[in-house]
Amino acid sequence: MAAEVSVPSTPAWARWIRAKLGRRTVPYLLLVPGGLWLLFFYVAPVAQLAAVSLQEGTFETGYLLTWRWANYTDALRTFSSQFIRSFVYAGVATAAALVIAYPLAYAIAFRGGRFKNLLLVMVLMPFLTPFLLRTLAWKVILADSGVVVGALQSIGVLAENGRLLATGWAVVAGITYNFLAFMTLPIYVSLEKIDPSLIEAAQDLYASPAVAFGKVTLPLSLPGIVAGTLLTFIPAAGDFVNAQLLGNPQQLMIGNVIDSRFLRVLDYPTAAALSFTLMIVILSLIIPYVRAAGTEELVA
Amino acid sequence: MTASVTSRQGVRPRGRLLSFIRRHALSFYAAVALGYLFLPVAVVILFSFNDNRGRFNFTWNGLTLKHWANAFEIPNLFDSLVTSLQIAFLSALVATILGTLIALALVRYSFRGRSTTNLLLFLPMATPEVVLGSSLLAFYLTLGVARGFWTVVVAHIMFNISYVVVTVKARLAGFDRDLEEAAMDLYANEWATFRKVTLPMIMPGVFAAFLLGFALSFDDFIITNFNSGQTVTFPLFIWGAARVGVPPQVNVFGTAIFAVTVSIMFINLALQRRQT
Repeated sequence: MAAEVSVPSTPAWARWIRAKLGRRTVPYLLLVPGGLWLLFFYVAPVAQLAAVSLQEGTFETGYLLTWRWANYTDALRTFSSQFIRSFVYAGVATAAALVIAYPLAYAIAFRGGRFKNLLLVMVLMPFLTPFLLRTLAWKVILADSGVVVGALQSIGVLAENGRLLATGWAVVAGITYNFLAFMTLPIYVSLEKIDPSLIEAAQDLYASPAVAFGKVTLPLSLPGIVAGTLLTFIPAAGDFVNAQLLGNPQQLMIGNVIDSRFLRVLDYPTAAALSFTLMIVILSLIIPYVRAAGTEELVA
Repeated sequence: MTASVTSRQGVRPRGRLLSFIRRHALSFYAAVALGYLFLPVAVVILFSFNDNRGRFNFTWNGLTLKHWANAFEIPNLFDSLVTSLQIAFLSALVATILGTLIALALVRYSFRGRSTTNLLLFLPMATPEVVLGSSLLAFYLTLGVARGFWTVVVAHIMFNISYVVVTVKARLAGFDRDLEEAAMDLYANEWATFRKVTLPMIMPGVFAAFLLGFALSFDDFIITNFNSGQTVTFPLFIWGAARVGVPPQVNVFGTAIFAVTVSIMFINLALQRRQT
């Protein structure tokens, strides 16, 4: 009683909540504003996307929900090549990002010493330039008259009039670069956690550095690899910026189709069907990971 | 004779060179990888000084400072920057408040519906941006909502909430619960404990979450593209200009943004070092 009086800063509403509702309702009160926001602006829109994907009609006459499942088969038949290309490009870019990022994260975690934090900041720094400007910079680097194309031509990798820009290679290179931080950070975090004495113990037991790496370091960094792979693959598969700026119309990805169907062709049902399919495919790739990790780990 | 001497001498340094390479291969690789990461940044900065001919700014044509001197000359470019800053500030602010409340609930309380909450927070992060953007567009179209500044703000708050929760949660989980209990032992009630102990302790995490949300919002193109209507943000300006030739002034602002954010990062790093 005396304590209650001595702290007059308790607002009346907080006291009222505690008195009327008890402590058990506090977490729900904390959850409600953000939770409602996500229900209104994530769950409801995705449900609406699913509804639009089953509509029928034209832009001029309006679209009506007729549960037209054929929208899916039509859309996927028409745009199967863009769909497959998205996953191939995203897969190749993710693999390339893993190959580039793993040794880099390893070097920082185990050789960084007192420069660890500085090196980590340096890995993140390039991503502070605007995304679209970074991508346009690759247009300069991979230009027909540029150094990279010239070097590749002189060693015979590219034909004399061969080019990188407006090819699938340029699109994959752009995607690999743009999402590299998402691969490097989780791998670094998992490598950083490894107790160096475990690796020393393996070497004391006569494991060669290669065997110690294969039996200790690599398995312990697997959570980072899985997280990095997902974090890179998801934005890569849905991206349409790299294909638009670095590719040509032969390298369009599913994101480009969704973008143009929604905003220029105004064919909402097809666009929604493609978008919803993309979401289902991505989520089905993630579910095994979610099962293994548990929901608590998802937002850790 | 001379040949045998040189060959013997030749072997040793080569062996030393090999072992040197072996020892430093990883560091050398890291340096090359960092060079690769900074290559496009260097291009962005360099081409803000390019004396470009014609509308396109893709080939180097000599040094000039005129684009820096005339940074505000391009109509709509500066307006788009201001719009982006407003959207980033508003969306980061609201998302930080909503997300911090959720993080407090998740770390401090046990309640039913916990795994549903975790899932609800995870899904927006696991959904490709093009799906987030297009589903909001489908939603707005059905409701007949006109798209513009506020529909973008709403969308950015939505995708920022999850990132705020993750950032604040990391800070909350790392700190000593005993401090809060000590405050309660000294007859502080829950509200006073929160204000005097919990909030100051998690403030660095909350601030970091705000900065992250600000950066994500400021640089977002894909979701904004679907929900902007006639509103033009900085990324949308670049996208529109990319078809007809991006003016070098865009590189000027890109360089300035880079310089400002890098300074913030280094100040943050220095502050962290002093604290520990």
